[in-house]
Amino acid sequence: MTRLTLSINGKSRSIDAPDDMPLLWVLRDKLNLVGTKYGCGIGACGSCTVLVDGNPMQSCLIKAQALQGKRITTIEGLSPDASHPVQRAWNDEDVPQCGYCQAGQILTAAALLERNAEPDDAAIDGAMSGVLCRCGTYPRIRKAIKRAARYAATERTAAAGDGR
Amino acid sequence: MKRRAFLQVSLLASGALLIGVARPGAAASHRRWAPNLYVRIDPDGAVTIVSKNPEAGQGVKTAFPMVVAECLDVPWQSVTVEQAPLDDRYGRQVVGGSRGTPDGWDDLRIAGSGARQLLIAAAAQQWGVPADECSTEQGAVRHALSGRSAPYNTLLETAAALPPPDVSELQLKSRPEEFQLLGTFVPGVDNPKILTGQPLFGCDTRLDGMLYAVYQKCPAFGGRLRSANVEQIRQLPGVTHAFVVEGTDNLDGLLPGVAVVAETWWQANEARKQLQVEWDQGHADASQDYAKQAAALTNRGGTTLRSDGDVERALADAAQVVEASYYYPFVSHANLEPQNCTALLHESGRLELWAPSQNPKGGRQLIAETLGIPEDRIHVNLTRIGGGFGRRLRHDFMVEAAWIAREVRRPVQLQWTREDDLGHDFYRPAAWHRFRAGLGPDGRMTAFDHHFITFGRDGQPVSGADLSPGHYPAGLVPNFRLRQSVIETRVPTGPWRSPGHSAYCWAYQSFFDEVALAAERDQLEFRLDLLSRSYGEPPLDLARTSGTLRVAAEKAGWGRDPGANRGLGMAFHFDHGGFVSHVAEVVADGKHVRVEKVWSGIDVGPVINLSGARNQVEGCVVDALSTAGLEITFADGAAEQRNFDRYSLLRIGPAPEVECHFIQTDNPPSGLGEPPIAPATPAIMNAIFAATGVRVRELPLSRAGITV
Repeated sequence: MTRLTLSINGKSRSIDAPDDMPLLWVLRDKLNLVGTKYGCGIGACGSCTVLVDGNPMQSCLIKAQALQGKRITTIEGLSPDASHPVQRAWNDEDVPQCGYCQAGQILTAAALLERNAEPDDAAIDGAMSGVLCRCGTYPRIRKAIKRAARYAATERTAAAGDGR
Repeated sequence: MKRRAFLQVSLLASGALLIGVARPGAAASHRRWAPNLYVRIDPDGAVTIVSKNPEAGQGVKTAFPMVVAECLDVPWQSVTVEQAPLDDRYGRQVVGGSRGTPDGWDDLRIAGSGARQLLIAAAAQQWGVPADECSTEQGAVRHALSGRSAPYNTLLETAAALPPPDVSELQLKSRPEEFQLLGTFVPGVDNPKILTGQPLFGCDTRLDGMLYAVYQKCPAFGGRLRSANVEQIRQLPGVTHAFVVEGTDNLDGLLPGVAVVAETWWQANEARKQLQVEWDQGHADASQDYAKQAAALTNRGGTTLRSDGDVERALADAAQVVEASYYYPFVSHANLEPQNCTALLHESGRLELWAPSQNPKGGRQLIAETLGIPEDRIHVNLTRIGGGFGRRLRHDFMVEAAWIAREVRRPVQLQWTREDDLGHDFYRPAAWHRFRAGLGPDGRMTAFDHHFITFGRDGQPVSGADLSPGHYPAGLVPNFRLRQSVIETRVPTGPWRSPGHSAYCWAYQSFFDEVALAAERDQLEFRLDLLSRSYGEPPLDLARTSGTLRVAAEKAGWGRDPGANRGLGMAFHFDHGGFVSHVAEVVADGKHVRVEKVWSGIDVGPVINLSGARNQVEGCVVDALSTAGLEITFADGAAEQRNFDRYSLLRIGPAPEVECHFIQTDNPPSGLGEPPIAPATPAIMNAIFAATGVRVRELPLSRAGITV
């Protein structure tokens, strides 16, 4: 057992956890943050994706211990009220079917839009290829990311307007 | 229409009005409050419907309240849906067979229309005007002549005192042109929770003092346990329990194994890695042996299941005979949420479960039989399901959780690993189809001879491995024969999305392509001609089937030259009440292909939720392409592909654009979770042939050297 201090969704959390425990299980079984999902345990499906300092990482593979001092964002912390452009676009395109993979999809998409404000299909396919969707919502994921890019652009314009 | 339903009305202490639809015969009677479905209108105007069916991503949790909102005439935003637990009063509570929508259609409309009629009667009484002078508009009753209006929530008490409307006198909306909300694009009601990661799924269940379990079974199906080092496992960090479960002889039930229970799931699974189990392996089915048996059976005839006319003679007389054999492998459901179930044996002896089950009643029954707990002492809560596809019609994961919970006397969540999930599925069975078609001088099929080599136990096809003798082209060709041979297997099999159809439609529709080519006929013209006449009872509705094929072909611009290295392919099909045809366009770079776009013609009656309907069609097309690249093989009686590294579901890159065209008829609606998948595989494969000249006759695609 080790005492871990992790920054999760803007809050500092201290937990006693086994030394090698991957972040996924610290989130799910220690902190009851169950939005991050287990799918394969070998980093092949991306259901467990979280953002570490803004970059998508598969939490089933990384030890929680190694993430002390890093900024961890899970689906629960992407926005306080589902107002992130990706979340709004995801609802407006009605992406989910069963919904199990969607946390991984949404966080990966949010990270993509941070680096590329207007991704085309190739950029989307490249960035999103690590996250499996068994229900086949891929065509909608492409549409939703483009819609989210428009929402984000509108937000930036509005913010720039406020700043004047 | 079956209108034997009646309405029950009551007023709750809170002032809410409850309107229930009951049917005689089930558990309902006029005296007892026992509706199949009910709608509640609260004093603040909120409308709640209780949805009895589990939600697995098929969209029923959104589509059902839409029907109620449409018929009750209330704003969509005012309706919410509450998930019912398993309860005999509700009748069938199953996700499967694309039956939710057709089964719910009448009761949902009766509930909404009946409540609306009751509220009109209440307003008419208050105002002293005839009810037929009143109308409704988005949550209020209006009397145009006097200009009066009353919101529904002001009428609840008056309404509750009135006799419920006679169901046979209700005018139920049924035609697409009558709808305002139905047929529009409505996002899923669970989206807010999904998009913010709130608990919804079975594995999200968290209870005070809950432990986590893993369960190790023999990798070879049906193997028995000899010994296990459970004492050693109990010493490992976090482990609270480790014990052997003897199991039963029911191969679909509680299999022998070792349970490891710990404070966290990760610790349970880490401890499991130290397990040393000696198994008595039982049998050792192997895919290579199956292939050898199939080859031997091909030269024998098999049992004749159907014979129309004289196939042998018609083949001998044919101007041309076309022959081909097709093979598809076993595949897994691969639900993204691995099987799991949470269980708690209360001190009172009552067993409570939280289960992502497509058929919770079956699970409860299996648990009752296995554990000897009466069914009325077992309560099952229905969670959202992270993918169904037919896998969760079985209950192995439920009975395992129940057994472990009884042993540990604390709430426990059993969570399978991905390896457990792919290794202990009820797989979609493989099969071989050998076809021979005789063509007349006019290029029409005069004979169709089909030898189906499938899997079974004791000579009978196992679940998901049977083929109806009435399946087309039976009835579309004057001389027809279907023969069947059965290879013995102990591999667990079961229904997989559109069982049977999703596998063999590809074989039929690919072979039709070969026949049309041999006859030098256009694929569309050949298929429409095939669907233009029948010999005896037609095997499917020829007009509705042709209708979907025409629409898909027209929207795809069938007949155009797609250009170099490009090809179009088509297929039609009918299953689970739905008619779907697809045309696919493929662009090829050698044997690497990209499915660029699929045009779909769909006739499932009126569309309820345009978003949900399109989502099912898009998902089925992607599923078809994904599954065409997959196979489960067996060695030493066990599945060889145990995780997504070797069972590589399709990723986003190759997913095509899908354009849906719904033929909106006033036939009663049918479900869409299954019908679009079967014709998607052959439409894509036929397009691959058109683009590359490679005829895929064996799946997965890698056998033909095709990559996507």
